[in-house]
Amino acid sequence: MNFVERTLAGFVNAMERALYAEELAKADGLLQRLDPRIKVIGILALVVAAAMAHKLWVIGAVFAIALILAVYSRVSPAILAKRVWLPVLLFTGIIALPAPLVISGREVWRLPWLDWPLTAQGLASASCLVTRVETAATLSVLLVLCTPWSRVLKALRVLGVPVVFVVILGMAYRYIFLLLESAHDMLESRRSRMVGELEGPERRRVAAASVGVLISKTLQMSGDVYGAMLARGFRGEVYVLDDFKTATLDWIMLTVFVALASGAFYCGR
Amino acid sequence: MHIPDGYLSPSTCAVLYGTSVPFWYIALRRVKKFLATRLVPLLSVVAALAFVIMMFNLPLPGGTTGHAVGVAIATIILGPWASILAISTALLIQAIFFGDGGITTLGANCFNMAIVGSLTAYAVYRVVAGHAPLTSSRRVVAAALAGYTAINAAAFCAAVEFGIQPLFFTDPNGAPLYAPYALSIAIPAMMIGHLTFAGLAELVLSAGVVAYFQRTNPSLLKLTAPGALPADEAMRPVPSQSTWSTVRPLGTALALLLVLTPLGILAAGTAWGEWNARDFFNPQAREKIAAASGNIAPPVQAPRGLERLYSVWTAPFPQYTPAFVRRPAVGYALSAMFGSGIIILVFLIAGSLAFRRRRQPSSAGSNVTATGDPTPIPTSRDPALPKGEG
Repeated sequence: MNFVERTLAGFVNAMERALYAEELAKADGLLQRLDPRIKVIGILALVVAAAMAHKLWVIGAVFAIALILAVYSRVSPAILAKRVWLPVLLFTGIIALPAPLVISGREVWRLPWLDWPLTAQGLASASCLVTRVETAATLSVLLVLCTPWSRVLKALRVLGVPVVFVVILGMAYRYIFLLLESAHDMLESRRSRMVGELEGPERRRVAAASVGVLISKTLQMSGDVYGAMLARGFRGEVYVLDDFKTATLDWIMLTVFVALASGAFYCGR
Repeated sequence: MHIPDGYLSPSTCAVLYGTSVPFWYIALRRVKKFLATRLVPLLSVVAALAFVIMMFNLPLPGGTTGHAVGVAIATIILGPWASILAISTALLIQAIFFGDGGITTLGANCFNMAIVGSLTAYAVYRVVAGHAPLTSSRRVVAAALAGYTAINAAAFCAAVEFGIQPLFFTDPNGAPLYAPYALSIAIPAMMIGHLTFAGLAELVLSAGVVAYFQRTNPSLLKLTAPGALPADEAMRPVPSQSTWSTVRPLGTALALLLVLTPLGILAAGTAWGEWNARDFFNPQAREKIAAASGNIAPPVQAPRGLERLYSVWTAPFPQYTPAFVRRPAVGYALSAMFGSGIIILVFLIAGSLAFRRRRQPSSAGSNVTATGDPTPIPTSRDPALPKGEG
């Protein structure tokens, strides 16, 4: 697979993920029914609790909570395994793998043949890192999969993110798909006209030229977008329509989230 | 480079969020002042662009491919402050949307890539590019170095953040709670990858895009090139000077050195290893060889190989003293004049040959097809994509 095909595969994968998230966000599950503000606060509290926990069993317990939330939100563990657990395990697992050999401490076992010592401290550190990263990634993915992106952004305002950033993030998200499509079409047309293999310097020149074309188009588009916004009466001020409503379930879940996060923080010290 | 959640302690994350906030604030104020009402549309679209650029697979030397952050190219086109905001926004979307980089570590990722990356890229680009014209190849080199340095500076920051974790955050048994490796492991582990592949991806992207804009739309490079000389001014020939006035300082220095060459005679002892076969039979020379070799006596016989090859070539001025000169000092000066003269002569001949070739238009470079049509044939190798493509 050459660089054009790899880039195209990456674009398609990104668009697929976005579509899947949009579909799942419409499902009738526990997290989908919650007010986005409650979700953002609750899930972030759990992520921070997992990050602060010093004990492996506490991080494991937060991971179990994430798993229960996923099941009740109709996110199948198979999807989580494929999209989160396996990639994280591969990436972080490889990083953590030498830790039991490198970190000094009490020797618990020696590798046969090589006779290298494994330390208890190293094993504890590696398992702590992998579990913590898996837990945080699962929770973050749950937040995105169960909430339409525009609502996640609006909910960020409760964390004090300035309204101008919320608008920029919202617009950027929309233009990502336009640019992904534009870049996809550009590279697809390039691929359809390419016969044989290009040599290294030519490949790099084609890639740089593609990025250059995309930058030119984007800068031109930003001018067009600005013109269109002015034509619709934009004067530089931005407003976001908040249409959030909290129900009894939201308050109950907020209490549950806060209680769980506080419990994890207390036990994990 | 995108640090996931769980690698850094919450306190490190908080410190790096805290460090990033003033930069974001200053960047927002500066960009707002500059862009006014254009801020929202421009930044939105450019953040989306930064996100898409990060997804490009770039072909690297050696047949592999890699991803770039695009921080140097964003800095060169938008300036460092807008780049900080655009890359930070793209990193936030990546973290939440793709899970690439964590939410708690977002401050660290923005600090490393958006802030340190943009400011380093800007400093390197401005220093290396100087006042070179927009279309100068020096700007391509500057962009390449800016990209390479920026990504390595960002990687170094990330490595330090990883490396300090086991120093401060361990459980009661001494097991590290977050990134487990000390600075002595974290820094080489991060830097080897970035000094080679990741750095190259950034270098290829930055240099390639600047070279592309030089061909298609150099005005896009204006923002970070204040004081750039216009291309025609840079091409204007330097006011002609006589050859003598140009080479006079060089000639003076050379003459001085020639006069001073006899100082070499004052050097005591013998140059180690510069012996000939006869020296092995001369008692005085043997003493000098032993003195220069830590008082180890040389072999009684001259080495056979040395003896055989010694007579292959007999120099006209042995020991820098021609046979017809009695005083060694005069011989030294004469030898220096002779040697320098030969070198200058060789360069003059090579220079005149090169100059003559340049003046003759070469017919080998013209692109004439088999049918005699001089039009270049568009092939899949044509790097410049038409503007309307896609």
